[in-house]
Amino acid sequence: MKRLRVLWRRLAGSISKGKLERDLEDEFAFHLELETAEFIRRGMMPAEARAAALRRFGGVTRIKETYRETRSLPMIEVFWQDVRFAFRMLRRSPAFSLLAILCLTLGIGANATVFSWIEGILLRPYPLVSHQERLMAVSGTNREVAGDPDMSWPDYQDLQRNCTLFDAFIVDRITGITLATGDRAERAPASIVSSNYFDALGVRPVLGRGFQPSEDVGRNAHPVVVISYRVWQERYRGDPNIIGKPQMLNGLPHTIVGVAPEHFEGTFVGWAMQFWLPLSMQELFDPGGYKLEDRGARWIEGFVRLKPGVKPAQAQTEISAVASRLESAYPATNRGRGIRLYPLWATPFNNAGTLLPTLETSLVVAVLVLLIACANVSNLLLVRAFGRRHEMTVRLAIGSARRRLLQQLLTEGLILAALATAGGFVLAYSCRNLFVLLLPPRGNVRMYLPGGLDWRVFALSAGVCAVATLLFALIPAMQASKIDLAGAMRAESGGVVGGGRRALVRSGLVLAQVALSFVLLVGTGLLMRSLRAVQETSPGFSTANVLATSIDFAGAGYNKERTRSFQDLIVQRLQSMAGVQAAAFTGLAPFTVRSYQSASIAVEGYEAPPDRQITVDYVGVGPSYFAAMGIPLLEGREFTRADNDGAPAVAVINELMASQYWKGVDPVGRRFQTKGQWLQVVGVAKMSKYRNLTEISRPFYYTPLLQTGGGSGLQVRTALPPETLTKALRREIQKLDSNLVLGEVITMREQVDRTTGVQKLATTLLAVFGGLALLLAAIGLYGVMSYTVSQRSRELALRMALGADTADLLRRVLKQGLTLTALGILAGVAAALAFTRLLGNLLYRTSPRDPVAFGVACGVMMAATLAACMVPAWRASRTDPVRALRS
Amino acid sequence: MPAEKPDVLHGSLVLMVLRTLDTLGPLHGWGIARRIEQTSGDALELNQGSLYPALLRLEQLGWITSEWGVSDNNRRAKFYALTRAGKKQLAAETENWERISGIIGRFLRSSGEPS
Repeated sequence: MKRLRVLWRRLAGSISKGKLERDLEDEFAFHLELETAEFIRRGMMPAEARAAALRRFGGVTRIKETYRETRSLPMIEVFWQDVRFAFRMLRRSPAFSLLAILCLTLGIGANATVFSWIEGILLRPYPLVSHQERLMAVSGTNREVAGDPDMSWPDYQDLQRNCTLFDAFIVDRITGITLATGDRAERAPASIVSSNYFDALGVRPVLGRGFQPSEDVGRNAHPVVVISYRVWQERYRGDPNIIGKPQMLNGLPHTIVGVAPEHFEGTFVGWAMQFWLPLSMQELFDPGGYKLEDRGARWIEGFVRLKPGVKPAQAQTEISAVASRLESAYPATNRGRGIRLYPLWATPFNNAGTLLPTLETSLVVAVLVLLIACANVSNLLLVRAFGRRHEMTVRLAIGSARRRLLQQLLTEGLILAALATAGGFVLAYSCRNLFVLLLPPRGNVRMYLPGGLDWRVFALSAGVCAVATLLFALIPAMQASKIDLAGAMRAESGGVVGGGRRALVRSGLVLAQVALSFVLLVGTGLLMRSLRAVQETSPGFSTANVLATSIDFAGAGYNKERTRSFQDLIVQRLQSMAGVQAAAFTGLAPFTVRSYQSASIAVEGYEAPPDRQITVDYVGVGPSYFAAMGIPLLEGREFTRADNDGAPAVAVINELMASQYWKGVDPVGRRFQTKGQWLQVVGVAKMSKYRNLTEISRPFYYTPLLQTGGGSGLQVRTALPPETLTKALRREIQKLDSNLVLGEVITMREQVDRTTGVQKLATTLLAVFGGLALLLAAIGLYGVMSYTVSQRSRELALRMALGADTADLLRRVLKQGLTLTALGILAGVAAALAFTRLLGNLLYRTSPRDPVAFGVACGVMMAATLAACMVPAWRASRTDPVRALRS
Repeated sequence: MPAEKPDVLHGSLVLMVLRTLDTLGPLHGWGIARRIEQTSGDALELNQGSLYPALLRLEQLGWITSEWGVSDNNRRAKFYALTRAGKKQLAAETENWERISGIIGRFLRSSGEPS
């Protein structure tokens, strides 16, 4: 209580100072007057009395100081004083201030931006979802092959029943749907979710309801849908009576039961969902038949919410125990299968996992840029400290404490950093959604990758600001306050320049900048090389002269026969078109975002290891698919129109599958079994890529669409432009059935390019950061060089007077700059060798020690520093000896 | 300045100020200083200036208040007065002081004699 009162009065004392100060004067004057009068009364002369009174009183100034300190809070007082002084100093040299703030803004802003990306994309990616820190992604594992992440619904239910450490198990399976409105149809992204989805996430629909437990069961039994707020506003114009209205989805009328709240975009990092459907509607929206009762059908992706206080490791232990019980209970379907939990930021089935390495690298790079910026500002401060040497010396000489000087200089630094942090936030705010712009859109999907600028980002950035202040302001402040008084006074009077140590510090800072920016340049170079390597990788099919599109039969409610006859018709029409060499349907075109079906197989004559299950991806393709795609067949034949329902079941396998399971034997004519059916191998296709250019080669087989049914992808081998084909196809579809949705017609080149988006993104980001770093380092070097030249002007003038020519002086100055650069590059090479290993995940067929990248970085660095040294060197060579020597 | 005169202990200065204001009522700084010196028979020589930070401190603690008024010689002067809290504090400090000085006194007397 008492302390509080004292504190309060002191705070009050810190504010209204002018009046208090006058009162103090008055009070002391009054006292001295009375005391003087007293001494005069005792018989002293007035002057003598006055002196005695003053003596009696003690040092007036010192007592005033004590009084003032007691009156207010000295720390705040001094701080405000420093702040005001600092602002004056900053205003006095606006060029310096602007440059310093700009450098720091770039450094701090880069960090704040990356923080906001990490927050919004990785850490708390789902707006409105409560307690995201307790959410984890869950997916399956397979001992046989990496990256087969889905689970089956029966397994998932068993997890739910047998685990005790979880609040909820949520299913969220992404899918595409076709919705019909009037006479047109279109595709939209949607999620098949478990009935607890909205409740477990803590998201309350703004209208209607979420799903009910009964809607998890039954085969296509509950055609209900929850729509997103945006869909409600844009498609249904915010109709307040929307609940209960029907909407055609995949050819079946669905009842709209709920509207999700605004800003809730679902739980798939990267995409904004538009519709949510209950589990029971799986068969209609997820290709591959009815899967809810099939333990072997793996299609479930989802999230779990841990109970409060449960550690991820504990949760994983429990879930693994249940998974291994399932493995022994159901060996036929679960052999070699496990379940794994992932933090949200490493979710394997959405863009979080894809972007993680890029964001990690960005963070490291942003920190490097900040370090470079700090070194730069540090250098600027050192130069200015030299200019303020006189001020410092005088202040020290009249008794200012070194600690106070240090405090003052740090305050100045803090103000620079604070202004820069404010600027950094503006930068972060404008760049927070940059990720969406850098990643190419995919057809009808709205990309959703927002940065999150919340209090955590603010707090972290404030921390960065404080650390940065210490980083850049401490060295100059210590240097400045370490002035040797006697020496400095002498030096000033003599006009001789000291500070050899300081020059060393400055050179050290530039060296660090050169080294750090070199690291970033190497990183950029490596990513560029890697991107090049990716783009030069052959996908194994022709990208030129092949167009790809899709026609959604399932979404229009077509059955197998109807689909087949329509496909037949389309292919015939296309092949009769001039300029079309071949056309074929496929279950799934290569390089789309959707994943292939996979099947457990048993190969005749091949013994699988006891705890493994051979699982291979496959796709159904129409007749002459291989011809249309330009995938060569190494052996055997491709599918023909004769490979239909009446003919024996056949398959074409890829090269790797042949060599893995038929080691050295010609597989054509041999058999393997899947889903209780024997397939005879009729051909071996050359290796090609299926999902992206950087994937690991995997076994794969093709089945004839005429036997398996389905098929929405259409590949056409033609030199015609996409627009022509679009027109032709649209005409056909309009003639036959307007409910069919024709997908985008694009070249396979474009299709392949879209999968390199993340690599391009990473390269772009690093290039921007690298360029920034280079610029900062060049500025730093320029600063040091021009300073050195100005300091050496006498020496240079002397040399000139003694007969050195311009070229000689030029060489001399350049040599100094280049030596510094060379040392910096040397340190940079060492640092880069350590750092570039971090890029491992992003590099494709590029060694982290790639000599070309290192060489080019060297060259660029040298060129940049040469440019930075050129101006000061030129100025040095123009020294007028007479003037320089006189000054 | 005679060096033998004992310096005023900080705690005792507080006590003397409070006591002075208790006996004489509202008083300005110089008056307080004079009073302390006179009462001690000029045996204590106060560094008069140091009285003022002490007064400020007492005011912040709420034991005394200050008010600008007019002095005997018709000048603007700051008068200090004891508050209710200050009275309580004075009583407590007086008692405390007496207790301690009693103990110390006994201690000093006894230590000279053989036990």
